[in-house]
Amino acid sequence: MKLSALKRPNGRIFTIGVPYLWLLLFFALPFLIVLKISFSSMAIAIPPYEAIMQYRDEVLEFALNIGNYILLMDDSLYVSAYLNSVKVAFISTLWCLILGYPMAYAIAKAPPRKQTILLLLVMLPSWTSFLIRVYAWMGLISDTGLINTTLMSLGIIDDPLRIMNTNTAVYIGIVYAYLPFMVLPLYANLVKLDGSLLEAASDLGSRSLHTFWSITLPLSKGGIIAGSMLVFIPAVGEFVIPELLGGPNSLMIGKVLWQEFFNNRDWPVASALAMVMLLLLIIPIALFHRYQSRTMEAGS
Amino acid sequence: MRKLGFSTIMLWVGLLFLYLPMLILVIYSFNASKLVTVWGGWSGKWYAELLKDEQIIDAVFTSLAIAFYSSCMAVILGTMAAFVMTRFRHSWAKMTLSNMITAPLVMPEVITGLSLLLLFVHMADMIGWPTERGMTTVWIAHSTFCAAYVAVVVSSRLREVDRSVEEAALDLGATPLQSFFLVTVPMITPALVSGWLLAFSLSLDDLVIASFTSGPGSTTLPMVVFSSVRLGVSPKINALATLIIVAVSLVALIAWYIAHRSQKRSLARMNEE
Repeated sequence: MKLSALKRPNGRIFTIGVPYLWLLLFFALPFLIVLKISFSSMAIAIPPYEAIMQYRDEVLEFALNIGNYILLMDDSLYVSAYLNSVKVAFISTLWCLILGYPMAYAIAKAPPRKQTILLLLVMLPSWTSFLIRVYAWMGLISDTGLINTTLMSLGIIDDPLRIMNTNTAVYIGIVYAYLPFMVLPLYANLVKLDGSLLEAASDLGSRSLHTFWSITLPLSKGGIIAGSMLVFIPAVGEFVIPELLGGPNSLMIGKVLWQEFFNNRDWPVASALAMVMLLLLIIPIALFHRYQSRTMEAGS
Repeated sequence: MRKLGFSTIMLWVGLLFLYLPMLILVIYSFNASKLVTVWGGWSGKWYAELLKDEQIIDAVFTSLAIAFYSSCMAVILGTMAAFVMTRFRHSWAKMTLSNMITAPLVMPEVITGLSLLLLFVHMADMIGWPTERGMTTVWIAHSTFCAAYVAVVVSSRLREVDRSVEEAALDLGATPLQSFFLVTVPMITPALVSGWLLAFSLSLDDLVIASFTSGPGSTTLPMVVFSSVRLGVSPKINALATLIIVAVSLVALIAWYIAHRSQKRSLARMNEE
């Protein structure tokens, strides 16, 4: 047996081991810690919580505080923040789909040379700063913003449209920021669609709209799921958009978590909020993963 | 035929929607007036004022340093994970790794940020490191989430390349390490470069995770921008935003161009064969 053949298992263990250990330490373990802190109680100390397990006077004390979770269920503020987050994320995802599907369809049907350029045009904004894209809307939709001043000087409206600091502003922000993430997987799916199927359908007398509903749409299910999850999941936990565009009235869970952590310094409640958010998102995340690992491992 | 027309119109409406707000932002960064909505003629004075702001200049260098080191680490981790996902036999370890590496793609940032911060606090408590949060902790956080994006980019390239060349190298007596660095790496270089650039721009852009994991003295550019944007629109931030848009677009265009050119080349090669 050659030496290289002997060495191979070590190389394999190293290749899988390094990223594995890194992710175990910096991705998986932190979640267990969040889970642990969510069961501890707040304390005026550094760090600001009490340990779950304590050894005192020869007694090992093990205190599991479920108060944080009870608080989340009792306080209508948290409940409505969760409900509002899911609602806002759902409606924004729907708008992304309505706007993004025809866009992806048009790109997939364009000549191949134009496809890459169009795709680049759609993706380019998503590479520029997220914060700045949200900021760009502040100057447009505020009461003294460009849209209102223009409409008022043209005499179309007398009072400024109240868009800033409403849920509408948050919808605009999320759709604007996440639209490219909807278009990309949809395009990847639609471009692989077998053109001969559609031709056969139209040869057999199917009307174009009917062909779309009965063939194109069902076949692009994978792209719709992937794109929707790429928008919905981050949108539920979104912080920047509700903070900057939604104003003090917009209650979203990412913002509440941020405030509990940074303003109230209540780490245990912030952790409990994160755990409940994860629980809400577990089905969407699982859906996305099934799609993602299928595309990543396909053909290997 | 009518439906095609509809989707084409939607495409242009969508593109207009994507670009118009940024275009207006760029135009207004040259506004001489201090009032952000009143046009007072063309001027570059906000750019001059920007260069005098030391807090912003400091933050730019902090962000660039963090982005540089994070994207390097992300490429190493992401490439290793991508190699495992595309070249290793199916196993439990491979399955859990591919789940963990892609999870940050959709994880809400507040959760990632909070969980990493709590980890660092615990580590400081147990092993005495990190003594304080700063550039190192942000580097760890950014490397972890950027590695997910690198893994996606690199694994799609690894799946495309001709594996028979790698196998030939191994048959001819190359060690797996030699085969990887002498055969595989040259074939996937474009993907590595565009993965690095993608990680670089993601790290440069991140606000939420950096806010959780940074400490005093390691304020990144998005953190500075955010704290001033919270107070409302200002012409100086418009100028800064314009510079960021231009810089990031340039990096993105280069990344795209490199990936695109290599794709075209490999297509041409396939046609020749």
